[in-house]
Amino acid sequence: MKYRLSSGGQVDRSKPLRFSFDGKGYSGFAGDTLASALIANGVHLVGRSFKYHRPRGFMSAGSDEPNALVGVGDDEARYTPNLRATQVELFDGLVAESQNRWPSLSLDFGGANDALSRFLTAGFYYKTFMWPAAAWKRLYEPMIRRAAGLGRAPTAADADRYTQLYSHCDVLIVGAGPAGLAAALAAGRSGAKTIVCDEQDRMGGTLLSEREAIIDGLPAADWLARTLQELGSLSNVTLLPRTTAFGWYPHNFLGLSERVTDHLGRKEGNLPRERMWQVRAKEVVLATGAIERPLVFPDNDRPGIMMAEAARTYLNRYGAVPGSRAVVFTACDSAYRAALELKGAGVHIAAIADVRPAPEGPWVERARAAGIDVRPSTLVTATHGRLHISHADLASEGASSSETVPCDLLLMSGGFTPSVHLFSQSRGKLGYDEALKSYIPQKSVENERSVGGCRGLFDLGASIADGFGGGLGAVRGAGGTPVTEQKIPVFVQSFGQDGFIGALNGKSRRRAWVDFQNDVTVKDIELATREGFRSIEHVKRYTTTGMATDQGKTSNMNALGIVSHALDLPVPKVGLTTFRPPYTPVTFGSFAGQSRGKLFDPVRQTSIHDWAAEHGAVFEDVSLWKRAHYFPRQGEDMHAAVRRECAAVRNSVGIFDATTLGKIEVVGKDAAEFMNRMYTNAWTKLEPGRLRYGLMLREDGFITDDGVVGRMATDRFHVTTTTGGAARVLALMEDYLQTEWSDLDVWLTSTTEQWAVIALQGPNARKVLEPLVEGIDLSREAMPHMSVREGRICGVPTRLFRVSFTGELGFEINVPMGYGRGVWEAIYAAGKPFDITPYGTETMHVLRAEKGYIIVGQETDGTVTPDDVGLAWAVGKTKKDFVGKRSLARPAMTRDDRKQLVGLLTVDPKVVLEEGAQIVVDPREPVPMTMIGHVTSSYWSAALGRSVALALVRGGRARIGKRLHVPMAAGNIEVEVVTPVFYDTEGKRLDG
Amino acid sequence: MLLIKCPFCGPRPEIEFAYGGQAHIERPKDPMSLDDEAWAEYLYIRNNTRGVHSERWRHINGCARFFNVRRDTISDEILVTYKVGEAPDAVPEKDRPTKGGAVR
Ligand SMILES: [Zn+2]
Repeated sequence: MKYRLSSGGQVDRSKPLRFSFDGKGYSGFAGDTLASALIANGVHLVGRSFKYHRPRGFMSAGSDEPNALVGVGDDEARYTPNLRATQVELFDGLVAESQNRWPSLSLDFGGANDALSRFLTAGFYYKTFMWPAAAWKRLYEPMIRRAAGLGRAPTAADADRYTQLYSHCDVLIVGAGPAGLAAALAAGRSGAKTIVCDEQDRMGGTLLSEREAIIDGLPAADWLARTLQELGSLSNVTLLPRTTAFGWYPHNFLGLSERVTDHLGRKEGNLPRERMWQVRAKEVVLATGAIERPLVFPDNDRPGIMMAEAARTYLNRYGAVPGSRAVVFTACDSAYRAALELKGAGVHIAAIADVRPAPEGPWVERARAAGIDVRPSTLVTATHGRLHISHADLASEGASSSETVPCDLLLMSGGFTPSVHLFSQSRGKLGYDEALKSYIPQKSVENERSVGGCRGLFDLGASIADGFGGGLGAVRGAGGTPVTEQKIPVFVQSFGQDGFIGALNGKSRRRAWVDFQNDVTVKDIELATREGFRSIEHVKRYTTTGMATDQGKTSNMNALGIVSHALDLPVPKVGLTTFRPPYTPVTFGSFAGQSRGKLFDPVRQTSIHDWAAEHGAVFEDVSLWKRAHYFPRQGEDMHAAVRRECAAVRNSVGIFDATTLGKIEVVGKDAAEFMNRMYTNAWTKLEPGRLRYGLMLREDGFITDDGVVGRMATDRFHVTTTTGGAARVLALMEDYLQTEWSDLDVWLTSTTEQWAVIALQGPNARKVLEPLVEGIDLSREAMPHMSVREGRICGVPTRLFRVSFTGELGFEINVPMGYGRGVWEAIYAAGKPFDITPYGTETMHVLRAEKGYIIVGQETDGTVTPDDVGLAWAVGKTKKDFVGKRSLARPAMTRDDRKQLVGLLTVDPKVVLEEGAQIVVDPREPVPMTMIGHVTSSYWSAALGRSVALALVRGGRARIGKRLHVPMAAGNIEVEVVTPVFYDTEGKRLDG
Repeated sequence: MLLIKCPFCGPRPEIEFAYGGQAHIERPKDPMSLDDEAWAEYLYIRNNTRGVHSERWRHINGCARFFNVRRDTISDEILVTYKVGEAPDAVPEKDRPTKGGAVR
């Protein structure tokens, strides 16, 4: 094959694999990536660019690839868009497609954008689509989304499984190149619990394409094999290939994403697709290497133009030859090595154009000796070729004429940028190194160290020594005993530190790309600086440079160089954009892990839940609880069911599951004193056996919770809270008890899950209950309203409350949770002669609203005082102090024009107001009208045969008897303000 | 995710804890004796420290105890954790968290 060497590299030529790209079949070998296999098939055109739809090819061979983004998967449930072809491992039957093109990659109508490019400059979206605002939603956004973009989202739910696990170690090493492996040897031999992760399928980093180096007396490949074997044999070392350390979170907590089965094609066994490792490491060694920088020159984005090191990798690691006739454009020595190695493989090197005026040293000598045409002070001033590079124009710097050189490959190298992403995420301080033209780690904040290329050590020997030393340091930092320092001799021809940042487009009018993925050119960045953007953070957002999914891995330093040049400021003065996780994109599945479907959130159910489900209840979510909302009978909608349920409670008896109420047992010698301080009410004189409605404020004086409280003994209270407020109330109580009043002898225990609560409400409630109860006299005289008795029901111990949230004679029967359903069924059976009716939360809401009882969170919103909702009677006037008391005395809390709870009756009784609707005095006032309050609760009252509503209205009590208005889209609704009790205003029915 | 050393249970991940706001704000013994300004100060005024901040945490999914933490809000370094009513300086050097929040 023309583009595949017959031997060499790590692909297995005995294992051919079939795959397809854009519907066309190809073959590659085991060990290939999609990129190397396509290159071996002579395919370079793999994508269209984000904005201009320019034809694009492979630029790199790793995770920094900006161009070759593909969608992989023949099945929507396993389709993944935006994968870097350079990281997609080939398997038999792989199906991949290019993105952002229509109708096809080679004929793309979106390419018209390219012709319009002078209108599509930096800030184009902001400038062009400003007006009218309404057009954004319908016109501009859909148009832009169609024209610009990356891959498409799959249309089916993800069929794969993702798992998450925690891990702890002494030393986490990120990157298994030469420095990382040396660190791993040091940590592993010292006995430290060590994890080594690397984003590639094979460990070794640059060693995987190294041909010349001798390490510890062995060729690099052999040293690598021996090292991996040694590490693999150590039980204290975990090697994680295909695992990207994507994020650094405080205190040495790192997120690693392991790709477990993607490379296998069809799923095997029960393995998850990905594992999210959450690692807490005592010490972290960053050995993340460096990324080769592109050169920014005119037309530098055509397929066939790639990084010099990428070409080496394709050649040496995969035996894939990226072209037959190459021009090399460089600002450093390393590209000479690439040129020599490609020449060795039969690629004709047309010329090496070197930016430097006088390149010299061993690599330059070797190139000259090999007969390569080395041209100092030479730039590429243009390239040609529609879908693939065909020629490059070379010109001496400053010369007016150029030479057009035919080529099908152009290698570029602007030097190397240390990968400081994770270091920077750890909030370590970076410093600018003028010689390297890069930022390198300066001062650590966390327990970590950078070794090798990621801190600017590009020499192989220095990098390995640094790695070993760093590994020993990490062992020491983690409290272990390091083995003795070992010198690993390395023989290799090293490079200088040369490189270039910024633009090399001179006065050319042709576009030179800086950020390939987001289609940002030198002109865009220069325009931004001319328009006054000076901070790189602003330039970035205005031009979108560095904001693509690759986060500017290949572009950030060049962008900085351009801004620095345009503003005539040193690079450190321009600044550096922030590095944020993830290093490379991570799937949503990986973050979600097992939290899908039923496992997304816990569900709380009462012991009576199944009975309700069996009897046709419709449930609603109240915090994590499932509550029966209503019990429709055949043919009933919610309104019909609720009307029937309400009537049953008012006329005979209803049964309701109140188990979800929060419950807290407050016990101890000082329990009453504690209650006095926590609640507005006075508790000292409440006798055992009595109940009281308790009201709780925050320290700012606003209502936070309420509930009925029973005094079970002098030193014991049974406190109930709202369903949603249980945890908050307990936390508030614990806070005061632990941190302010630790001298009080009080214990708090959440008993929400201990008691099932059955509310039995209605005039016949006593008759139903009496035969089932032992040891409690239920008579009107012996057990008055707001009392509690202990005894037995159906043989089960009970705390029996006589209490009503409906305005009817009522009981709340607390029994141990496990007996909830049994007792419920017994009561239900006993109630049959009275046509006992189960009711849900909707009926409960209507009945309490008819009585004007508030619901915290519905009538209150965190800015409501007891007096605002007519509960001043619940505030103990003689108490010296309680939580919130001082705030109630602030002037704003006692003003007459505060919003107060009132009732509203619509003038047309058939109209039911909308909850949340705003209330005004004068509906003829032009919009925006003066809003004086809002509807908090509104229902159809079956008992009254009309609608009723509760509302918070400014100075509401003074408006009773007056008329107000509720303007709605469909017209104005006139209402009369009344006292907020609609039914049985004297409260006689409670005593039934 | 922070690694916080609960003075009762030892170092645990942040998800086990609930943040409790600024520490050492004592509730006045007799709130009614305070004028409005002094009460508002107690109620609403908090530091927005850039640097070492004293704050309360609660080991809500553990022992459920409140305790105090001195944390650098820039680096997230936790300098010391100590019990309610305890002086931070009284915590022996060996029981203090390292930079990473772990116990040495
Ligand atoms: Zn604890």
